[in-house]
Amino acid sequence: MANLDGLYQEIILDHAKARHGDGPLEGADAEHHEYNPTCGDEITLRVKLDGAHERIDAVAWQGDGCSISMASASVLTDLVAGRPVDEALGLAEEFRTMLRSKGEGEPDEDVLGDAIAFHGVSKYVMRIKCAMLSWVALEAAVAKAR
Amino acid sequence: MIPTATERVGARAIDDIRNDFPAFAASGDARPTAYLDSAATAQRPTAVLDAERDYLEHDLAAVHRGASAATGRSTTRFEEARADLARFVGAADDREIVWAQNATDALNMVALGIADASAGIGGADASRFALQPGDEIVLTEAEHHANLLPWQRVAQRTGARLVPVKVDEQGCWSVDDLVAVLTPRTRVVAFAEISNVTGLIVPVADVVAAVRARAPQALVVLDACQSVPHRPVDFAGYDVDFAAFSGHKMLGPNGIGVLYGRAELLDALPPARTGGSTITRVTFETAEFLPAPQRFEAGTQPVSQAIGLAAAVRYLEGMGMDAVAAHEDAFAERVVEGVAGIPGVRIVGPQAGHARAGLVSVAVDGVHAHDVGQFLDDAGLVVRVGHHCAQPLHRALGLTATTRASAHVYTTAEEADRFVAALGEVRTFFGLGTGAA
Repeated sequence: MANLDGLYQEIILDHAKARHGDGPLEGADAEHHEYNPTCGDEITLRVKLDGAHERIDAVAWQGDGCSISMASASVLTDLVAGRPVDEALGLAEEFRTMLRSKGEGEPDEDVLGDAIAFHGVSKYVMRIKCAMLSWVALEAAVAKAR
Repeated sequence: MIPTATERVGARAIDDIRNDFPAFAASGDARPTAYLDSAATAQRPTAVLDAERDYLEHDLAAVHRGASAATGRSTTRFEEARADLARFVGAADDREIVWAQNATDALNMVALGIADASAGIGGADASRFALQPGDEIVLTEAEHHANLLPWQRVAQRTGARLVPVKVDEQGCWSVDDLVAVLTPRTRVVAFAEISNVTGLIVPVADVVAAVRARAPQALVVLDACQSVPHRPVDFAGYDVDFAAFSGHKMLGPNGIGVLYGRAELLDALPPARTGGSTITRVTFETAEFLPAPQRFEAGTQPVSQAIGLAAAVRYLEGMGMDAVAAHEDAFAERVVEGVAGIPGVRIVGPQAGHARAGLVSVAVDGVHAHDVGQFLDDAGLVVRVGHHCAQPLHRALGLTATTRASAHVYTTAEEADRFVAALGEVRTFFGLGTGAA
């Protein structure tokens, strides 16, 4: 199961079970619902920005899906809450680039933090959308909030 | 485990059968990938591949047009293929077999024909199909989207109403459940002979008899996608009005399927697609259509695919459909019994001891079907995960997605055992106890 362990890193399985950010968000500025029709995974992600719309004060989500999509949303919560909006969006782009790498290259852990655990997903073309689901929802929710 | 050394389909040893399929040619792998997704698409025997190639190399020419000897040979082979299909499904007449792209296409041909008839197209002959606002189309909650969405379209166009036959907690329904929703307004009753998710086998003749008794004005439309490739069927004996199935699920090519219809109905149903080869007389403003099947076969037809499909039919007949069904029943029984012993894994559909087709869907408590599928893929098992194009059924069962293993003539007992064994390891891998959630 060496290959499978590369996909399901311990950190992913942990986040899939103990999900950070899973719940409603009081006073959210915007929300976005994202759905993957091929597997039925779905997520509604909510954001609250600061007054200047420059920082993500809070993020939370509610969803149903596979361990990859749920763990990704959980890691996202840890990484973007309290962060400047532009940095968070840059991180989303960095995450997307890593997932499109087909397993090539060495992603930058200093930039991606725990999200680097999803590098293995890039070798599984059918699962990339699972990992991206919450990040796409984040991009859309931030765009609405701004 | 039950010994597998003498596994046979009818008179033939399973190893011998597998040698007919290039996809299973010896790969040198100690444990080759187990293909358990035949309910989606089946592998093809050399006999099918060769039949297509033989036609393309020797007899390729237009059909039903022109006057050359080559056209004559091509047309003969095309029509012989139709006759093979008619015999295989128990049609009363070859012309009750209409070529379609696949079952989805065939079901759309019926639905769109009814919608056209409701708009006055097809004249007095077609008026028997016309629906009025308030008329009822009865479908089960278990239907594949292919036997649901075309009827949604008919309802939108005509004002007819979709009436569900509810499923029970296993996703199954009975003749009584269906009879309970029939009314004098019921005009269409459509259902699958075998559910592509639950494997439920519907007693079609009993359903039709009940519909004829309670709602004689209703058309009965059968989705035979999961039955024709795997068991003996008898459309005329069932007394269904229309039926649909796909070639690629029955060891045949892609791009070919069949719409079956009773001849008198096909001759009156407006063709959903119009064009060349379908007509008797055309003026600038009007067209008159040929009888079935030609009225539905507009444009250049998938001839080599039809010939390949006929080869698949003869291949299956050589084994005998009773033998094929018995082989796949044994697969289902083996999987269902094996899964019954795994904590936290549930069978969707008929449980152990009840009749079911050779496809088995399971739900693993606490593990999403896509994670299950990924685990099984890593274990060398090709299965289907997802909603299997049956979202209303999954919603009724409170599930997002399930994991399905399905068999065909080449599927072995050892593959069934590997599926069960791998399912037994899934929850542990994902950090869940071996006990039920």
